[in-house]
Amino acid sequence: MIIKDVLCPFCGCLCDDLTVEVEDNKVIDVQHACKIGTSKIKGHDRIKAPMMRDDKNGEFREVSYDEAINESAKILANSKRPLLYGWASGVCEMMKKGVLLNEEVGGIIDNTASVCHGPSALGVQEKGLPTGTLGQFANRADLVVFWGCNPVQAHPRHMSRYSVFNKGFFAGKGRKSRKIVVFDVRKTDTAEMADEYVQVNPGEDYMVMSALRAIIADKADVVPDSVGGVPKEKLVELGEALKGAKFGIVYFGMGLTQSRGKYKNIDNAVSLITELNAHGKHSIIPMRGHYNVTGFGQVCAWETGFVNAVDMSRGIPYYNPGETCSNDLLMREEIDSAMVIAGDAGAHFPAQSIARMGKVPVIQVDPFHNPTTEMANIVIPTKVSGVELEGTAYRMDSVSLRMRKIVDVDFPSDEEVLDKIIAKVREIKGASS
Amino acid sequence: MSEMLIKNATVYDPINNINGDMMDIAVKDGKIVDSVSGSARTIDAGGRLVYPGGVDAHTHIAGSKVNVGRIMRPDDSRLNNKPGTKVTRPRTGYTVPNVYSMGYGYAEMGYTTAFEAAVPILKARHTHEELEEIPIIDKGGLTLFGSNWMVMDAIRENDLDRLAAYVAWGLLASRGWGIKIVNPGGGEAWGFGKNVSGLDDPVPNFEVTPRQIVRNLAEANEKLNLPHSIHLHCNNLGKPGNYETTLATFDVCKDIKSKRDRQSLHVTHVQFNAWGGNHWGDFESKAEPIADYLNNNDFLTIDMGQLVFGSATTMTADGPVQYANARLLKARWSNGDVELEDSSGVTPLEYHPQSYIHGIMWAIGLELALLTKDPWQVLMTTDHPNGGPYVNYPMVMTMLMSKKRREEEMAKIAELTFERTSIAGIDRELDWYDIAIKTRATHAKVLGIVEHGKGHLGVGADADIAIYDIKPDETDATTEYNKVEAAFRHAAYTIKGGEIVVKDGEITATPAGKTFWVRSSAPADGHERMMEDLKMKFKKYYSVNFANYMVQDEYVEHPYVVETGYQ
Repeated sequence: MIIKDVLCPFCGCLCDDLTVEVEDNKVIDVQHACKIGTSKIKGHDRIKAPMMRDDKNGEFREVSYDEAINESAKILANSKRPLLYGWASGVCEMMKKGVLLNEEVGGIIDNTASVCHGPSALGVQEKGLPTGTLGQFANRADLVVFWGCNPVQAHPRHMSRYSVFNKGFFAGKGRKSRKIVVFDVRKTDTAEMADEYVQVNPGEDYMVMSALRAIIADKADVVPDSVGGVPKEKLVELGEALKGAKFGIVYFGMGLTQSRGKYKNIDNAVSLITELNAHGKHSIIPMRGHYNVTGFGQVCAWETGFVNAVDMSRGIPYYNPGETCSNDLLMREEIDSAMVIAGDAGAHFPAQSIARMGKVPVIQVDPFHNPTTEMANIVIPTKVSGVELEGTAYRMDSVSLRMRKIVDVDFPSDEEVLDKIIAKVREIKGASS
Repeated sequence: MSEMLIKNATVYDPINNINGDMMDIAVKDGKIVDSVSGSARTIDAGGRLVYPGGVDAHTHIAGSKVNVGRIMRPDDSRLNNKPGTKVTRPRTGYTVPNVYSMGYGYAEMGYTTAFEAAVPILKARHTHEELEEIPIIDKGGLTLFGSNWMVMDAIRENDLDRLAAYVAWGLLASRGWGIKIVNPGGGEAWGFGKNVSGLDDPVPNFEVTPRQIVRNLAEANEKLNLPHSIHLHCNNLGKPGNYETTLATFDVCKDIKSKRDRQSLHVTHVQFNAWGGNHWGDFESKAEPIADYLNNNDFLTIDMGQLVFGSATTMTADGPVQYANARLLKARWSNGDVELEDSSGVTPLEYHPQSYIHGIMWAIGLELALLTKDPWQVLMTTDHPNGGPYVNYPMVMTMLMSKKRREEEMAKIAELTFERTSIAGIDRELDWYDIAIKTRATHAKVLGIVEHGKGHLGVGADADIAIYDIKPDETDATTEYNKVEAAFRHAAYTIKGGEIVVKDGEITATPAGKTFWVRSSAPADGHERMMEDLKMKFKKYYSVNFANYMVQDEYVEHPYVVETGYQ
């Protein structure tokens, strides 16, 4: 059976043009996807059954779903400061349940943006975000900037579908219609393909942006001979190119959000773009990682008013990054249990946070074994969203699309597991109140 | 069979010409009926004020723009926080409440229906995700067509059947209720940072004028016999002197014949489009010529877009105006262009009574409502949350009902306001019946949902009923406005579909509301030509595949579909 227009459950590009061939309920071929997407859809060794262990150094034993779910509910219901973390590689339907579970247990819900584009949200709170949908940039952009991101490796089809090689209504010659500029600390594969590579000293992006803002405001005289490792004449040239563009787009990645300056870099970048709009049309957009990390921000915002890091211990949603993000809480050793779902804290958190997680009960809900499994006490395998389950995902530009189901499996969905945990938590809390 | 009898109600139901009659209202299975059995649950209204459930024909309650506001404004989400109860979820937000608070807030004021006024088709799935989660109230969405490439190409090629077919398809694709036009053509121009300057300024690269866009969409609207008329946000919004464009835009639709018992043009939040002067220095009200036009023409309706002092989050598909606002006020600016379809922008701001600009804007909204004779022609809105959040409707109602209340407000407002507006000299005070028109009856009529049971209490209507803790015959609204406002803020009862959802101002139940949308047939040959053009655009210009574009049924779990047809 051939299934067309399949969506890819890998990166924030959320490509929706895949063709998948299925035989006997097995994926045998994936067309149009990148290598990573293909591998994700074809699948690999997954966790076969729920497992538990008391001692994190001990062996897991297989248990029933009911046992794993009941035990998880007990842990969460009896914790003072449970952390519900992950929420990136799943569909929005399960995220809604996550917000509800967090209300029930009075915990903290936070997603992977916390260690990724979380600072971008803070930048947006300072200055806003002049942006648009990817098709707008595809049709119009004559100047494309990649700043601190490397789509060749991280978003493999981005440049062919949305940003560089594709033709557009006002960019009829595709690649030839656009000037490509890459700002990065190292000459990445993306930089290799650019018309212009600007090497910035590590941690000095903010200064480069400030210099560009000065040049665009006709105040080049205040710019020193070299800023952030970039010679002034180069900066002036870039300033002119930005000013002269009919439609400029800046794609940015963790090179800005997780380097020195963090959200201040985004604040400055947005200011640069806002000012440029006095000359031509300019937009900016974060290159989101997981295919639905954007979706969690959307769901969490419309349900709680806040984009992530929501602390429900007061009974009302409370958000204060620096205080209520996963790592803030782990490093202060406040967290007394954690559920990691559709994300991998084990692989991405700093050692100090991992050390805390090593001391508290950890529940993992995920189809696959990953570093979080190593510190888990309970592991509950679920369906792979977008392959084994339909549901909603938000592309990096906040366009929502419906993921398709390609094959049937017997595993429960994240949503079903969460529903059962919520019911059990209510039972436990109801009995104790 | 659930039955209810509301006894001794002082009823104002303008659609059925009921003006303060003391009567009983019978409810059975969610509908108004003639009579019920003796076992019906009885509520004794004791002479208190009873209105049909409120209807808001123009508000921004769901979707991409609203969520951009929430993400951008944690400062706003810190306001009005309330923990959940046995029946409610936790609430946050003032100008951009979370989905739960959005529904509860309307219900608490006795409102039971609200229409989201700007839905880009590409982002309609998101809008419906939020609409579904807004509890209690019934909803619908107006679909944006005013800067759409399919629309402009069909108009340029003079193919009205193709245009009508696209509108029908676009309403299906977005599960939308009607045609919304925002700054016609301006959204496309904003794609390259430009705008259109008026009705006859051609849209760059598309060679059609805003006038043609408005005119042709109005004709397509009647060809499809849609329940609502076109719903228009005029060009030049937010610019001094824009009243001339507004008046000229009215004229564009003057000879459009409405196929239904409704207007052929609804122009929205006219407060923002009734501005005189050449610049901010000589900024003044031009509400009078607008009201004169309305007094001499009955083919159109408008809504106020009343300004409320304090915090607002402006959000509109009018991208260029938001950039201008943000630069002027040095405010945060989010922009949200939608490929091939439209633009949008979100900017938080604060309205200050001591600013004469804001004072004049405040006055214009009230002037429009009070200088226009026919109360059915001017709907009460704040263009939530652009003029201010909808929770302030009760205050706006008292301003319309009481000159004294207006004077109390005027004491706080910059003096220049009264030289540049006529508000100080207006004596008109609306009564209970007028307010029922302006907050429910005419909204339902303008939207075309009266026949679907909204905005009135006739037999067969949905049992959406608001009981307010005030006795009209014992209350002088012109002086006792604080009492009136308090009553309107917290309904004694809000009944939605026959179920008590609010009692004494507290939420008691949270049923899911339904979503209105229109399925329209289209001319076959026009449809064929349209699909050919549409598929080409998907192949070449859209960033999503055709097969993944349309809103799926899963996203509208409680649909109320109205079928209509091409004529």
